[in-house]
Amino acid sequence: MEHYLSLFIRSIFIENMALAFFLGMCTFLAISKKIQAALGLGIAVIVVLGITVPVNNLIYTYLLADGALAWAGLPDLDLSFLGLISYIGVIAAMVQILEMFLDKYVPALYNALGVFLPLITVNCAILGAALFMVERDYNFGESVVFGVGSGVGWALAIVALAGIREKLKYSDVPDGLQGLGITFMVTGLMALGFMSFGGIDI
Amino acid sequence: MDTIKDTLTGPIFKNNPIALQILGICSALAVTSSLKVTLVMCLALTLVTAFSSLLISSIRKQIPGSIRIIVQMVIIASLVIVVDQFLKAYAFAISKQLSVFVGLIITNCIVMGRAEAFAMKNPPIPSFIDGIGNGLGYSVILIAVAVVRELFGAGKLLGFEILPLVTEGGWYNPNGLLLLPPSAFFIIGLFIWGLRSVRKEQVEQPDFKMARHTAVGEGA
Repeated sequence: MEHYLSLFIRSIFIENMALAFFLGMCTFLAISKKIQAALGLGIAVIVVLGITVPVNNLIYTYLLADGALAWAGLPDLDLSFLGLISYIGVIAAMVQILEMFLDKYVPALYNALGVFLPLITVNCAILGAALFMVERDYNFGESVVFGVGSGVGWALAIVALAGIREKLKYSDVPDGLQGLGITFMVTGLMALGFMSFGGIDI
Repeated sequence: MDTIKDTLTGPIFKNNPIALQILGICSALAVTSSLKVTLVMCLALTLVTAFSSLLISSIRKQIPGSIRIIVQMVIIASLVIVVDQFLKAYAFAISKQLSVFVGLIITNCIVMGRAEAFAMKNPPIPSFIDGIGNGLGYSVILIAVAVVRELFGAGKLLGFEILPLVTEGGWYNPNGLLLLPPSAFFIIGLFIWGLRSVRKEQVEQPDFKMARHTAVGEGA
């Protein structure tokens, strides 16, 4: 249990997807002008990461890893080079299914997330999490915790940045730095702040 | 002839994918701490963008509109797998350093963005050139950032010593901050500032402007 808790805290703060690995930066910078929108996107990312990382873990363990197809009578087969294409396929399919499911059964949530769901397929944080899961050899339980944890971390970072940017529009920024430039600076400072979590071990 | 030249050079400064369109930033930040790794990454991205544009554009009339994203994804993912396997076979050390970032070329918005915005509407040859142009635009910024980070952070370029370090009997005291990931944000931020000071038309308009001082003068 402690191991899972430690992994959860680590994936939120110390190994924050957005601020320590710079994943999902395009959407991170583009959709962080308003807190409301940032919150919606953040929740969508948590949901999608929480589903796709464990699903990709199952696919890797039972279909792609070296010798994983032993149950089908093919113990020498190593399909791990097909990893990239299967993960992105799973992610695209999951996002599509989630969109249809929410549309039918939870219309309120669908309306809140609506525009952000399709954007998530091309968010590198989702594919990045799947690749990290494979690289670090997480088992199924760990991949659930890691998926949800890194989603929460990403959501936290984008909401925090949106809060800063909402205040920032009243400040007098030099012409050339207006908009994108100053956002980069702020994100850099936030990343420095998050580095102070480094080395904490629970 | 002019249009081909424009397609090739336009994305490098006038319409740079990173500085102006905020595309493909993830990898720009994470792989730039050493110049050698950066060069490999730039080469990989340029090749993938160019060939995915070429392939997608050559079958653009056969792709049904409703599933075009999936078709583009499959083409891009297959190209990235080729690059990934090639690196693992011939440059294993660099492939380890790039870790997940080669795979993340699939979700790099520059590749998808060019496929969707240019290759779906134009014939194969211009699309190929557009892919190379955008890859170069991405490379210019990445290489600039990597040069600053490696030169001032470690005193080296491509592993050769340029500024002799104090710890090795030289005179240069390295700036350790530049080797840390957040420094890439500051460098790109400054780079955008410089680019926009030269090209005023790229400056974004502020949401609110400071009002003129309107207090009535003394004695009135």
